[in-house]
Amino acid sequence: MAAVTRTRGSRWVLRWLVLVVVAIYLLLPLLAMVEFSTRGAGGTRSLDAWRGIGEDDDLVGSIVASVELAALTVVGMLVLLVPTMTWVHLRVPAMRRVVEFICLLPLTIPAIVLVVGVAPIYAWVTYLVGDSALTLTFVYVVLVLPYAYRAIDGGLGAIDIVTLSEAARSLGSSWFQVLVRVIIPNIRGALISASVVSIALVLGEFTIASLLNFDTVQVVINLLGKRNAGIAVAVSVAALLFAFVLLVVVAYLEPRRRDAQEDDTTAVPAPQEARS
Amino acid sequence: MTSRTDSPTTTSEPPAPGGGVEVRLVDLRRSYGSVHALDGLSLDLEPGELVALLGPSGCGKTTALRALAGLEELDSGTVMVDGKDTTRVSAHRRNMGMVFQAYSLFPNMTARDNVGYGLRLRRTAAAARRRRADELLELVGLGTHATRYPHQLSGGQQQRVALARALAIAPQVLLLDEPLSALDAKVRAQLRDEIRRVQREVGTTTLFVTHDQEEALAMADRVGVMSAGQLQQIAPPAELYERPRTAFVAEFVGLTNRIPGTATDGRAQVLGTAVPLLEGSATSGSVTVLVRPESIEVAPDEQGNGRVIAPTYLGSLGRVQVRLHDDSVVLAQVASHQATELTPGTPVRVTVRPTPVLAIA
Amino acid sequence: MTDMLAPAPARTRPTGSATRRGAGRRLTAYLGVLPFLAFVTVFLLWPTYIVVTGAFQDDLGRFTLSNIQAVVSGPAYLDSFLVSIGLSLVTAVLGAVFGALLAWAVAEGRPDGLLRRCVVAASGVLAQFGGVMLAFAFLATFGFNGFVTLLLADTLGIDPLSGGGWIYGFAGLAVVYTYFQIPLMLIVFLPALEGLKPQWREASDSLGGSGWAYWRHVGGPILAPGFAGAALLLFANAFSAYATAAALISQGSPLVPLQIRSALTSEVVLGQANVGKALALGMVIVVAVVMTLYALLQRRTSKWLR
Repeated sequence: MAAVTRTRGSRWVLRWLVLVVVAIYLLLPLLAMVEFSTRGAGGTRSLDAWRGIGEDDDLVGSIVASVELAALTVVGMLVLLVPTMTWVHLRVPAMRRVVEFICLLPLTIPAIVLVVGVAPIYAWVTYLVGDSALTLTFVYVVLVLPYAYRAIDGGLGAIDIVTLSEAARSLGSSWFQVLVRVIIPNIRGALISASVVSIALVLGEFTIASLLNFDTVQVVINLLGKRNAGIAVAVSVAALLFAFVLLVVVAYLEPRRRDAQEDDTTAVPAPQEARS
Repeated sequence: MTSRTDSPTTTSEPPAPGGGVEVRLVDLRRSYGSVHALDGLSLDLEPGELVALLGPSGCGKTTALRALAGLEELDSGTVMVDGKDTTRVSAHRRNMGMVFQAYSLFPNMTARDNVGYGLRLRRTAAAARRRRADELLELVGLGTHATRYPHQLSGGQQQRVALARALAIAPQVLLLDEPLSALDAKVRAQLRDEIRRVQREVGTTTLFVTHDQEEALAMADRVGVMSAGQLQQIAPPAELYERPRTAFVAEFVGLTNRIPGTATDGRAQVLGTAVPLLEGSATSGSVTVLVRPESIEVAPDEQGNGRVIAPTYLGSLGRVQVRLHDDSVVLAQVASHQATELTPGTPVRVTVRPTPVLAIA
Repeated sequence: MTDMLAPAPARTRPTGSATRRGAGRRLTAYLGVLPFLAFVTVFLLWPTYIVVTGAFQDDLGRFTLSNIQAVVSGPAYLDSFLVSIGLSLVTAVLGAVFGALLAWAVAEGRPDGLLRRCVVAASGVLAQFGGVMLAFAFLATFGFNGFVTLLLADTLGIDPLSGGGWIYGFAGLAVVYTYFQIPLMLIVFLPALEGLKPQWREASDSLGGSGWAYWRHVGGPILAPGFAGAALLLFANAFSAYATAAALISQGSPLVPLQIRSALTSEVVLGQANVGKALALGMVIVVAVVMTLYALLQRRTSKWLR
């Protein structure tokens, strides 16, 4: 047991060494941002930069635009993916590979490349729909496809949707009722995480918005950085914190991965089946 | 200086099949917070013996096995293997072969490499290692599967390879942690006999943990029933079944009726019959008597003491549920033809055969 | 002839119509996927097509190899590819190593613990949300007026980092990129690490293996494909990244994405309108190769870690 204790001890030390070193690397820039954004004149502390967030009309306008954009993208993503993926699962399994391939395709097409190809199309979009930042919704739905697809696919994989829908159909549900009353409530968790990932991606997106010349929050922050670095840094801290809180909340919404451990297995996480 | 080979040897030859050694677990204690997984467990295994630890979920049987393997630390108690105190020896120096519930084969190695892993750690020469691995795969009936990877093997085959791997190091003790529980019923019965045959052949002292009483009774030389971290009774299968020491054992192993009676002079009056009492019974006054279904007789009788509720036909035998006039229900085992004759509602007389029973206050 | 065959169609008619109805239903089933296909065609497949074909067209839409030639022979373009690949390589390796260590340290703890949830959530933010804001974070830390730069100057009176100029160079980009690579590695590698079954360690122990033996013969080989795959993903991630570099570097275009920026935003040189598309195609090819290797390695790992 002495040997056991010693190896556990050295592992413990190594573990915390890693955690502390990486934590310093990851936290230092964030702390520096807080420090930077609270600098006042002559070495004093001041919250002027933080107050400035609300007073900058461009910034406020872009935040509103980005939030609207995020909401529209989530709606677009759900409307596009949920019925399609459910339909493919139930009726056209032959198309599953195709849909998966298409949904994961944006992973191999960097945003900077997509913007090259999409720029000519947006000439048409602005001509047909108008010159609003909200038209970015179309390309953002494409951008979030891989992440949303994975989340929803995981949700659909976790339930037996064929049996569920057959049961509902045999009780007289229409196809639409199956989708709304049976499928969606059962994959709610997956839809929430797909939505949150989409929101985070849209709020953080810079490449496409900037090169198509739309004023989203990231584009304005970037411009602001050259004019008033304090405010830009303050907004950045706020945005990062907001995204962090969002993801922590989602982590707690997700179902627990493992049940509470039984007394017999406290030392080791239970494998598939419960032990004696 | 005695030169016992109790730790992994570094010889170039594969170790010879290990004969059985004696194992003693003395007063093992282990608690997690307020839960006592092991509450003073003591258990002896004779050389070459196969002992099954049987009990419900959370009774501490797996903790006991893991403590013997050195995978679980103990709060107190002593583990003696072959007369030597190994309580403080770490797991990888104990030379014990362990078979887990499932999925314990190394997925990156073929069956042969899995079996040879322990020998590789002992620096056995490659050729000898391969010979011994093939020999053991042959022993478990998988001689032709040596080059398969775990994901290419069925669950039952994986467990056979795991058994071969555990035996390859000629372990002092073989530890089986519910090795059959993840398998289909049919494969389970087959592999059960297989494990017993192999264990007899190599003669390694074996501790087997299970929650399946049939498995325990069928395989073990002796069965220990555990509850709440303690050993309730340890005995050969027949004795455990026929002469249970506690109510827990009587009810956990096999089916049991609880019937009220009165005890006097080492006998109990139950349903009009005087039945001898087992050791450990309550000896006087009103008692509850624990009677096996096969010790209950049912005969059609208009003036009887109950009526049939539900007969069950099970092929080679039958069971009948009878409601007595005091509204209690007893289960009786009957010949299969009787199960078809005793239709629901038939008035019957229920009596008890005078086989020894356990009575509790 | 006719007589002999006459009954046959009668018998097969029900089957025939069933088949026809089946085919019809199958067609309707495929129609259900149509809206999705229409959308991705316009906003994903068509843009991709524009990039791929545009790379081989001149200003008037005629076939030409001159765009490709310009990329391959123009030293600025070629250099940007080399720098991009070098930067991706360095940060992928650094990110993979430190990210894997971090994943290990996190996996050692409770699966439901606060530490784990926080690290995973923070990693999600830093890996996928950062972009422009990470550039600011590092300017606030190591820039000319950065926290660390000033701290060193004030307290020690030294300026080892030459006033923060380094942050705009290769080293600076490497540090900032590694900053988002480590969290990404954690996200990608943690599931693989958690796929290691405790029984493997215990089996190795009981067969006489030390901790080292386990990692060398079992844990290491099992994780190797997953680790390599994750490193490839990190490479693709760094190679595709634009926002951080764009926010940090406003003059000059040392990286391919920045070359594309200037191709898109600057005055079009006659006959060079589609060089941006050729550069983009080059990026797609590099990323596609890397992602294919990644997918192959993933398949290997998932077979083992079922």
